[in-house]
Amino acid sequence: MIAEIGLAALWLAAALAGLQLLAGSLGLTARGEGLAGIVRPVAVVQGALCAVAFLSLIVLFCETDLSVKLVAMNSHSAKPFIFKLAGTWGNHEGSMLLWVTVMGLAGGFVALVEKRLPEPTMLATLAGQAFVSLGFYAFLLLSSNPFERMPVVPAEGQGLNPLLQDMGLAFHPPTLYLGYVGLSVAFSFAIGALVTRQVGPAFARAMRPWVLGAWIFLTLGITAGSYWAYYELGWGGWWFWDPVENASLMPWLAATALLHSASVLASRNALRAWTVMLGVVAFSMSMVGTFLVRSGILTSVHAFAVDPERGSFILALLAINIGGALTLFGLRAATVTEGQRFAVVSREGALVFNNVMLSAILGIVLFGTLYPLVAEAMGAKVSVGPPYFNPMSALFLVPMLIVLAIGPLLRWRRDSFARVRPMLIVPALLAAAVAAGVAVWSKAHVLPLLGLMLAAGLGVASLLPLKGRDLRRTPLSTWGMVLAHFGVAVALAGMASESAFSVEKLVAARVGDTTRVGPWEVKLDRIEPVAGPNWTALEARLYASYAGSRQIEARPQARSFWSPPQQTSESALVTRWNGQLYAVLGEEADDGRWQLRLWWKPFVTLIWLGGIMIALGGLLALVGRVASDLKRFVARDRIADRRESQGR
Amino acid sequence: MSADDPKPRRWAIWLPLAVFATFVVVVIYSLSHPADREVASAMIGKPLPQFDLAPAIPERQGLATSRFSDGKPRLLNIFASWCIPCAVESPQLDQLARKGVEIDGIAIRDRPEDVKAFLARNGNPFARIGKDDVSAVQLAIGSSGVPETFVIDGKGVIRYQHIGEIRPEHVPLILQKLKEAE
Repeated sequence: MIAEIGLAALWLAAALAGLQLLAGSLGLTARGEGLAGIVRPVAVVQGALCAVAFLSLIVLFCETDLSVKLVAMNSHSAKPFIFKLAGTWGNHEGSMLLWVTVMGLAGGFVALVEKRLPEPTMLATLAGQAFVSLGFYAFLLLSSNPFERMPVVPAEGQGLNPLLQDMGLAFHPPTLYLGYVGLSVAFSFAIGALVTRQVGPAFARAMRPWVLGAWIFLTLGITAGSYWAYYELGWGGWWFWDPVENASLMPWLAATALLHSASVLASRNALRAWTVMLGVVAFSMSMVGTFLVRSGILTSVHAFAVDPERGSFILALLAINIGGALTLFGLRAATVTEGQRFAVVSREGALVFNNVMLSAILGIVLFGTLYPLVAEAMGAKVSVGPPYFNPMSALFLVPMLIVLAIGPLLRWRRDSFARVRPMLIVPALLAAAVAAGVAVWSKAHVLPLLGLMLAAGLGVASLLPLKGRDLRRTPLSTWGMVLAHFGVAVALAGMASESAFSVEKLVAARVGDTTRVGPWEVKLDRIEPVAGPNWTALEARLYASYAGSRQIEARPQARSFWSPPQQTSESALVTRWNGQLYAVLGEEADDGRWQLRLWWKPFVTLIWLGGIMIALGGLLALVGRVASDLKRFVARDRIADRRESQGR
Repeated sequence: MSADDPKPRRWAIWLPLAVFATFVVVVIYSLSHPADREVASAMIGKPLPQFDLAPAIPERQGLATSRFSDGKPRLLNIFASWCIPCAVESPQLDQLARKGVEIDGIAIRDRPEDVKAFLARNGNPFARIGKDDVSAVQLAIGSSGVPETFVIDGKGVIRYQHIGEIRPEHVPLILQKLKEAE
């Protein structure tokens, strides 16, 4: 019954999306004006119906209703409750339903609250949102119905990929999806603005909270995904330039650029065409990313998400949506009127420079991710890895970070370097000192050295916009900017430190042996079997002591899941303020020795701390912007009320 | 000096669409030409990397690079007991072994008792099996997944890489590659 309710809600929502598209488009014409009034309510109801469908699926998973095919294929009655819940979106159909649900809810929310835009732009935006949604509804209902019943009810479900039975991963995909879908709203705004030729500050202000929100989720998603890969895959690395990682990085890069150019458009009425294009590109990158992950045309460590036939369907959607939007952009961009002018040395100039750098990095990542495909089409099989991505992205990242240190200090419209130069002396000296220190005391390579140096300089420079301000009266959005930019420096310091100072040891240790790795002494105390709800494991009991201090216990495991049968290694981490000890248990050798892989990674945790700071900075900016918008609304209402009462 | 917001140039306006169109063409091509399993890896024509792996089953022999320079072409099969396609290809490996092909294996991230159970279930075509618990040799050899099968000539040079499971229709190809490696 619940499955049928869900399916019915989904069909109804799809029908309403069709109505929303029709009424929204006709509402723009003179004859269909009467239809314009229903678009907003339809969008709200559509969102509500999506929520009903998604809640139904959650209930089915939580009850482990094995008569539903999706549940039987992906769940198991012995699975811990939280993973039953996460199982709702830990599969293709469920994740697509989550996608349309978030899209529907976002569309409904826009329809309810967005009052700044001219009504025709609003209609075009909602029609655009409905158009994109319709593709996904078709995808769900025609080729991946999440509510399909089983002809015969099986006795037990087939479990969930054990790699996915992990708290981090349970919430990693939905976080990314919220980001992707938030960008779909920005995309719809861009379409609406292009259709009605209303590319101006009002459009940027309407779009900005959505871009900010999406960007916060993407930042968190990437940070969490990186940490997950770090401890779950057991290779000690935190970024692999894997196609799936790149698929989440590309929308983030585009969204970062969009966020900044939307700010310029909102406050300075410049960068019009550029902002609209980034609005289209950011969501396009989300769809391209999803396509690359789902279609399996690229080989990846995340191969569990693959399905080639569905890939073709997403490709068709992609071609229609992105191709259509970019064509519209091509047709309309020439008529987008010129915005405000500004000098090269100005805050706008710095933002433009960094936008170009971000776009260049995006291009490099896109090219590197797709190059294996191109090469394969030409008959060669290659894989593109860190030797390409690291130096190529650094080429653009380094100038970008330098400008990032200076840009926020510049004034809008026109400024001179001579004015900001005195402020930059301290960060520049610090960067030089760090570079000299690292070069003398360690054998770090060029890139890590450069990274540490830039991190030091940027770390100080990012705080300078607060200098001389009354901190209590500084707007939240400025705090957000400072925190996010400081977070970039922190993350960069972590990345550079990890690659410059990590120590690795691979040993075959007997029980009772002590191994040295960096400042740590790690004793293998014993190996014992342990059992979890749906797995058994061999667990090593390690006692690690940092430079002779108190012993800390660490328990890496070699885990066997039984449904479906699969082996994973659970690394053990010992976190100190200045880094992490990372331990992986390998095989037993024939002579009673055990393979142990140990790393000491100084300051590696800064990578994710920086990521969280960047996201928090975004959150501060979002709260600040929304609060000031609200204030403005209230003030405007009050003025309107007063006028009305005076009129009487 | 004063800069813009200049009007974008004509060609620049259409650049994103052109990039996207290229992407779609490449992707459609890739989807319609599924991964060609005969395609060579970067390691083809290069000697095997140096390794000396402990045995995957304690009482048997391990696997070292030195074994591959005795003048006899061999298959090197990268597999794991936890890998389903590896079980799917085992009849084909057995068939090859029965035809006199010598096959050595490397078990990836595996445990002795699991390997034993796997071989008991699916047959054991392997002369020797080394174990690679951290995928170090696997990566060095240019393999990124399981199963993969390499044709190694008598001098220890990698001559051919087969990615994915060996299906019945691939057996003649493998035999031919072994012959070419002689």
